[in-house]
Amino acid sequence: MSTVTLRDVKKAYGDTPVIHGVSMEIQTGEFIVVVGPSGCGKSTLLRMVAGLEEISDGEIHIAEKLVNNLEPRDRDIAMVFQNYALYPHMSVFDNMAYGLKLRKLPKDEIRAKVEEAADLLQLRPYLERRPRQLSGGQRQRVAMGRAIVREPSVFLFDEPLSNLDAKLRVQMRVEIRKLQRRLGTTSLYVTHDQVEAMTMADRLIVMNAGVAEQIGSPIDLYEHPETVFVAGFIGSPAMNLLDAAAFPGLSLPTDRGPLTVGIRPEHLVVADGGPIGATVDLVEPLGADTIVHAQLPTGDALLIRLPGNAKVTQGTTLSLAPKDEAAVHLFDKDTGRRI
Amino acid sequence: MEKRVYFRARLFPYLLVAPQIIVTLVFFIWPAAQALKLSVMRENPFGGNTRFVGMQNFERLFNDPIYLDSFQTTILFSVATTFSGLIIALLLALAADRIIKGATGYRTFLIWPYAVAPAVAGALWVFLFDPTIGIITYAMALFGYDWNHKLNGNEAMTLVVIAATWKQISYNFLFFVAGLQAIPRSLLEAAAIDGAGPLRRFWTVTFPLLSPTTFFLLVVNVVYAFFDTFGIIDAVTKGGPAGATNILVYKVYSDGFVGLDLGGSAAQSVILMAIVIGLTVVQFRFIERKVSY
Repeated sequence: MSTVTLRDVKKAYGDTPVIHGVSMEIQTGEFIVVVGPSGCGKSTLLRMVAGLEEISDGEIHIAEKLVNNLEPRDRDIAMVFQNYALYPHMSVFDNMAYGLKLRKLPKDEIRAKVEEAADLLQLRPYLERRPRQLSGGQRQRVAMGRAIVREPSVFLFDEPLSNLDAKLRVQMRVEIRKLQRRLGTTSLYVTHDQVEAMTMADRLIVMNAGVAEQIGSPIDLYEHPETVFVAGFIGSPAMNLLDAAAFPGLSLPTDRGPLTVGIRPEHLVVADGGPIGATVDLVEPLGADTIVHAQLPTGDALLIRLPGNAKVTQGTTLSLAPKDEAAVHLFDKDTGRRI
Repeated sequence: MEKRVYFRARLFPYLLVAPQIIVTLVFFIWPAAQALKLSVMRENPFGGNTRFVGMQNFERLFNDPIYLDSFQTTILFSVATTFSGLIIALLLALAADRIIKGATGYRTFLIWPYAVAPAVAGALWVFLFDPTIGIITYAMALFGYDWNHKLNGNEAMTLVVIAATWKQISYNFLFFVAGLQAIPRSLLEAAAIDGAGPLRRFWTVTFPLLSPTTFFLLVVNVVYAFFDTFGIIDAVTKGGPAGATNILVYKVYSDGFVGLDLGGSAAQSVILMAIVIGLTVVQFRFIERKVSY
């Protein structure tokens, strides 16, 4: 079993806390994505699991073994770094074989394992090359190969795709996901890119300022964001989050104190006599969709995502309505939590 | 578009580089030319005239057991100085790379010896090891060891190696620290996750990645030991006892300015010049191209 369990894991540098207690259970074979803006502590969390950062408080278990005081090499993990961290003075083969050599495996077994991984990653022709003779995507694959030859309990990924160009990133993210499914290895993946997070994760952890705001499946987070932060972070274009006063036409509960109302741009539809009136500022026709930047009578900006064939002209006023009841998310304005 | 500054006046650029060219001409090219000329001349012992003798000065040198001895002494001295300097500096740099608190202070202290003039560094060690009044000599006497570098050639050699190494450690240290900092931390972390302990990480990752720095320092240190240690030798042993520390560069001086054999001394300096040119070629041709990863 290769589960990972975090129990109230905390990290502080001196007196400055950076992670305020994260708890979660990761099942065998699950692909968990930790997502959040830079500086939210997601990389630190991953490095604590890897054993590269000390744990200030709490417990980390890997494969049901407490690893708090274990060296990285004794944790049965493999990590893919943002800059790949390939050994520049070794060939691709030696890069992948390094960990196996340290484990004193017989030579022919090492060769067999490395070649198997190389075939899986289409690296066979490059085994004798040095990392600097490879393209970004190939280096990325070598880093993956180095992780998989060791057959660890857990893969850790630290923003592995952020150094690639957009097209390659989309391609690699599919490859990584397929590979992980095939190998069935429990994975913890850190990224700041919410699209990457949504497309890859079985479940994701949204982190903000050292706190795990919400843990759940991508759809769950999309449909039921627990906090204003998650609501604004998940989904593209971002959810409209405005004071209740901006939507006088909607019937909102009045007994819950000040509210923040969230409506996703794609959950607004044009409807005659709809409760929301907005003046069109700018139209972005993207083909499949049309993104409309509009202004509410209160002066607040509102984003609307309409079908690609929608005919909208700048300066006109649209009558809009939320698609259904579930499209309106209500949050407590003070705590930011969902109501 | 690349922006280029150019001067309309033809003379102005030459004026700007003139100071450098003048310094080079007066202090390097001219003396070197003089040495070349003198190396094929012989001075009349009573002054007055010099005559052309061809390669005789060189022939005599290579048949002179004292000169060949001095060659050996120089090699021993440079190997000892270079290796102890490199190893100690690397250890210190590794330690400096680890510590976080007080790292700046530590580094500053380690850099100081480099600012000390060779003769002063020599004088410092002479005082410490003086057979009659030296504090270290005194300490060694307590353990029953009778140190006297003025009589014992091996002790004299040890002392000049210590003094020369001490002065060069700072320089090596700086380069090693910079080299270590240029190694991405994630490489060492990856090695740690791959299962390498600290020693293994050093030999399989850090050391190979430091090799360009190490080779550079190797050449620089050999050059230092061959040429820049004159002040130390002069202050500590004056080449003695009985020529035990008479390295080539010191012999050039003692033969030429003390022994007044200008032709022989010039021939020796021409040989030294050839050595330094050779080392420079090695540095640029061989090392800078070969050591890549």
